[in-house]
Amino acid sequence: MSNETLITGKKAENAIKESLFLFTLYICVTIAILTLMTLIYDVLSTGTTRLTSDYEVGLITKIQIDNPIDFLTTLDSRYPDRAGIGPAFAGTVWLMIIVVSVTFPFGTGAAIYLQEFAPKNKITRFIELNLTNLAGVPSVIYGLLGLAVFVRLAGFGRSVLSGGLTLTLLILPVVIVASREALKAVPDTIRQGALALGATKFQAVFRQVVPSAIPGMVTGMVLGLSRAIGETAPLIFMGALTYVNYFPDTPLSGFTAIPIQVYNWIGYPQAEWKETASAGIILLLGLLLIMNSLAIFIRNRYEKDL
Amino acid sequence: MENVNDLRDQLTKTITRPIEKIVKFFITASAFAAILISISIIFTLLTEAINFFQDPAVTFKGYFTATRWTPTFQNPEYGVIVLISSTLYIAVIACLISFPLGLFSAIYLSEFATKRTRKVIKPVLEVLAGVPTVVFGYFALNWITPNIIQRFIPGTGVFNALSAGIAVGIMIIPTVASISDDALNAVPNSLRNGSLALGATRRITSLKIMFPAALSGIIASFILGFSRAIGETMIVTIAGGQYPELNLDPRSAMYTITSSIVNVSLGDTPHGTTAYNALFALGITLFIMTFILNIGSDYIARKYRKEYE
Repeated sequence: MSNETLITGKKAENAIKESLFLFTLYICVTIAILTLMTLIYDVLSTGTTRLTSDYEVGLITKIQIDNPIDFLTTLDSRYPDRAGIGPAFAGTVWLMIIVVSVTFPFGTGAAIYLQEFAPKNKITRFIELNLTNLAGVPSVIYGLLGLAVFVRLAGFGRSVLSGGLTLTLLILPVVIVASREALKAVPDTIRQGALALGATKFQAVFRQVVPSAIPGMVTGMVLGLSRAIGETAPLIFMGALTYVNYFPDTPLSGFTAIPIQVYNWIGYPQAEWKETASAGIILLLGLLLIMNSLAIFIRNRYEKDL
Repeated sequence: MENVNDLRDQLTKTITRPIEKIVKFFITASAFAAILISISIIFTLLTEAINFFQDPAVTFKGYFTATRWTPTFQNPEYGVIVLISSTLYIAVIACLISFPLGLFSAIYLSEFATKRTRKVIKPVLEVLAGVPTVVFGYFALNWITPNIIQRFIPGTGVFNALSAGIAVGIMIIPTVASISDDALNAVPNSLRNGSLALGATRRITSLKIMFPAALSGIIASFILGFSRAIGETMIVTIAGGQYPELNLDPRSAMYTITSSIVNVSLGDTPHGTTAYNALFALGITLFIMTFILNIGSDYIARKYRKEYE
């Protein structure tokens, strides 16, 4: 794989072709990277003016939001310079709590069954096929499912609980697949060692295999969760887009979430709203960055032990 | 021997506690939930969609032949062809962007990049894959449209199919790139080495040996990317606009299946109205389209994996 192949090519024409080809590849990769950088730069440059103290401060009370903490805790407003993301931030935290508490037991449970206990037969194969297909179903369809099942059938109404459960359905296949990978990575010697020492299958799995797979499972959960908090479309059916300007206090109260709030702000034509929407996107991307770093940290910190 | 077996049975019996049974039941049920979710998706979509077609204002023929989609108008028309054609149109624009960029990135990553460059570029693609679609929608509307589309094609409206399609294309680059990359890496090294040993250059090796060898995996990535472009919602809702009639002008607004699902649900659509049921008719139309594509992609991907095992 040295560059000599290039030089010893029969004709100079060939060398030019080689360079052109490599150049094309470079361009393609560069475009992908540049787009991401442009996106981040655009959002940062528009949004930070909104979050730094460039604004005038009112005489008696602050009438403009000019720092991140105020932005995070203040209610939405009809005026772009006073609008905070408080209720949406609280809504997203609620959603995260619900999604984690439902997805983690079901997701890891299903993974443990499929990886460790399931017989290799047609039914298992069918479940696996189902999981692959569910992962490819567009998220709006999960929204319709949530609308029919949680909002109407179960009677949860357009609430944060319905929203959380809908997002759970959405990321469950992802979490199951990731947890299975984590279990697969546990060396077979651990299983055989436990069985050889007289442990039952159940003990071998739950006392030896699962504990060593936990970091991988948590990583999968965090990645699934970061997908869930960025989702907008399914939550629209949960009534999250109506003007919700209060903090949800029970699982059954109405809610809005950060991406929905951002979508809302994007919809207003005035230029000032663009800054507010960018500030919301900065918060959203910041959250995702923290969660992905957490996932990478867990993976690097604990996987060495295996 | 029998005594030993009896003894072992007794031992295992004392060890099997009720909690184990409960846990085993729970994890088995969780796994079967996957089937339950699939069934409930199909069931809810179907029942409400059947209600939709039972409405006298809707005809099966009208659904597939009318050329306007105006469910909330006085004289509603339900021409799904308008929505399907817009959806496919935007998806094709997205594919024109993402197929070459994704595939060439994959070839670069697997055939040319050093380990160190790979370590930098892979995470960048992962970050790109993790950006929420609402952010891409914002980017399409507030950056791509004014800075690219309107600069080079003056007179284009704020909402247009072109910028939505480009943004969707950028969104699916990572999907295409990572699956194609996997496919190229699955090709045995002996093929690559053999080609180089016979004096082929790296370009010839990439294009004439590696590309055909990984073709089925690459096609699978294309189909999956296309399917994701069809199901993409927020970008087309934010940047694609709503133009409820048949048209094929990339500069004008369009109305995809997904964006009309969102817009119908935003309006006043109480349970049981035709507009509400229309949501589910659109839902099942979308579901069938993406389902066929996903199955196809999975089938092709499975086939190639066998080839080299």
